[in-house]
Amino acid sequence: MNRLAVELPGLTLKNPIMPASGCFGFGQEYGKMYDLSELGAIMIKATTLEPRLGNPTPRVAETPSGMLNAIGLQNPGLEHVMANELPWLEKFDVPIITNVAGSETADYVEVARVISTASNVHALELNISCPNVKEGGITFGTDPVVAEELTRAVKAVSSVPVYVKLSPNVTDVKEIALAVERGGADGITMINTLLGMRLDEKTGKPIIANVTGGLSGPAVKPVALKMIYEVSQIVNIPIIGMGGVMNAQDVIDMMSAGASAVAVGTANFVDPFVCPNIIKELPAKLDALGVEHISELVGRSYK
Amino acid sequence: MILQDVMTVTSQKEIARNIFEMKLQGDLVSEITSPGQFVHVRVSDGFDMLLRRPISVAEINHMKKELTIIYRAEGDGTRNLSKKAEGDQVNVLGPLGNGFPIEETKAGETAYLIGGGIGVPPLYELSKQLTAKGVKCVHILGFQSEDVVFYEKEFNALGDTHIVTVDGTRGTAGFVTNVMSQLSDDFATYYSCGPMPMLKAVQEMYREKKGFLSFEERMGCGVGACFACVCRTTEKVEADYIKVCSDGPVFPAGVVAL
Repeated sequence: MNRLAVELPGLTLKNPIMPASGCFGFGQEYGKMYDLSELGAIMIKATTLEPRLGNPTPRVAETPSGMLNAIGLQNPGLEHVMANELPWLEKFDVPIITNVAGSETADYVEVARVISTASNVHALELNISCPNVKEGGITFGTDPVVAEELTRAVKAVSSVPVYVKLSPNVTDVKEIALAVERGGADGITMINTLLGMRLDEKTGKPIIANVTGGLSGPAVKPVALKMIYEVSQIVNIPIIGMGGVMNAQDVIDMMSAGASAVAVGTANFVDPFVCPNIIKELPAKLDALGVEHISELVGRSYK
Repeated sequence: MILQDVMTVTSQKEIARNIFEMKLQGDLVSEITSPGQFVHVRVSDGFDMLLRRPISVAEINHMKKELTIIYRAEGDGTRNLSKKAEGDQVNVLGPLGNGFPIEETKAGETAYLIGGGIGVPPLYELSKQLTAKGVKCVHILGFQSEDVVFYEKEFNALGDTHIVTVDGTRGTAGFVTNVMSQLSDDFATYYSCGPMPMLKAVQEMYREKKGFLSFEERMGCGVGACFACVCRTTEKVEADYIKVCSDGPVFPAGVVAL
């Protein structure tokens, strides 16, 4: 028995570890460094209908135990991703979760409809939580009615299960989680980044050209744990947890909080081999806890 | 191939005010293919200072499996790095990016190497490799003031070296362009690394010449995945943007919109 294997809607994962969207491109860069088939899944960079050039630079800034980013959903567009990025990933034995973004409902629907037909796309991650674009993104993720309607519209056209990526930049994340569940979401991914700023010491001006950016890294892990803990107890769909995961212990924590699988984001920038390393370390962690299968950990913080 | 190498510090010295020269030994050195490539350096063993720092390689010694980086200790991260001593270990990712093409200048030809501040270091290994193949190198090196000038002697040993300081405390006063305008235009190629305004001025002055510019930008991953360090391109190339880390950091003059 594979003690790390996890079954989620649309996803048969050999282990619960996957790089998070936006931190792994479309896999090509890290594919030169290790065999991507080792991963449980890959969440590829957000894809929009048309190519997007993203925000002006600087787009990143370090903060204590974290970083801010405001890339602005730069991507080569749906057509290019379908013709080049997804076919390139076919050589690996790994399910792809494509992050779908847009400025309006029609964009999301069209990207979801087309991209969900790619043979290696096993699930969609609906990005209603990007804090770095003026239109779309987070505006869909902060109003429960809008979030529910968008989820329903995308579900209606998608050939694969739909996970919705939630923003922590809301008054009550539980309300949004319940709304997307009502909209038909097959799962939830959380959390996206927290909005933040960093100022230049000399000028006092924001370092990020977009003024604000999304905070990620170990600094946000407590926030992620708390939100996963709350949401997993009130929804009946699985959660892929993320937010500051740096090592195997963080994975154990995420699952204990209520996540069924775990995505690794910013840590890829610190250590490009972090995902395969975590996967290698997990069995010993389970042994130390006296746990046979990793799924036994899910929600043990409240069970 | 890109390696993540735990390298050993073989020496670390402050060679000018807040400018440190660090030598690191490890297997990664054998993967370096051209001058102007960079390494992505962890500055803390914990997660307090999370991101790696991109630092260009100033010198390579394949025999000793040793590379030299020269960096300014300005923020918390580089100040932390400057505390590392001989025998300490540093986690380094690299080599990254595409360096300067030495094949673009033939033996017997002259190359101008124009650097500004902390953009000067990669020109040292470049000059060593160019002079070794018989290229005559002329160095024009700009600094803020005398106390941050470094490697003047080392560059002098390789070829004519003109030092420029903004405040005039050493060499010519002003900017590298002040020296450039006094020098002959009789050279084959120029190579430049430094702040954006300097690169722009250099490219402008040598519009008719073949040149290569090395850029810097705040980086995330350093390998092309995160899209943090993109620059817009000119109409000369098909792509709308380039990534400094993986497409560059060196580009032919005229490619990047300045």
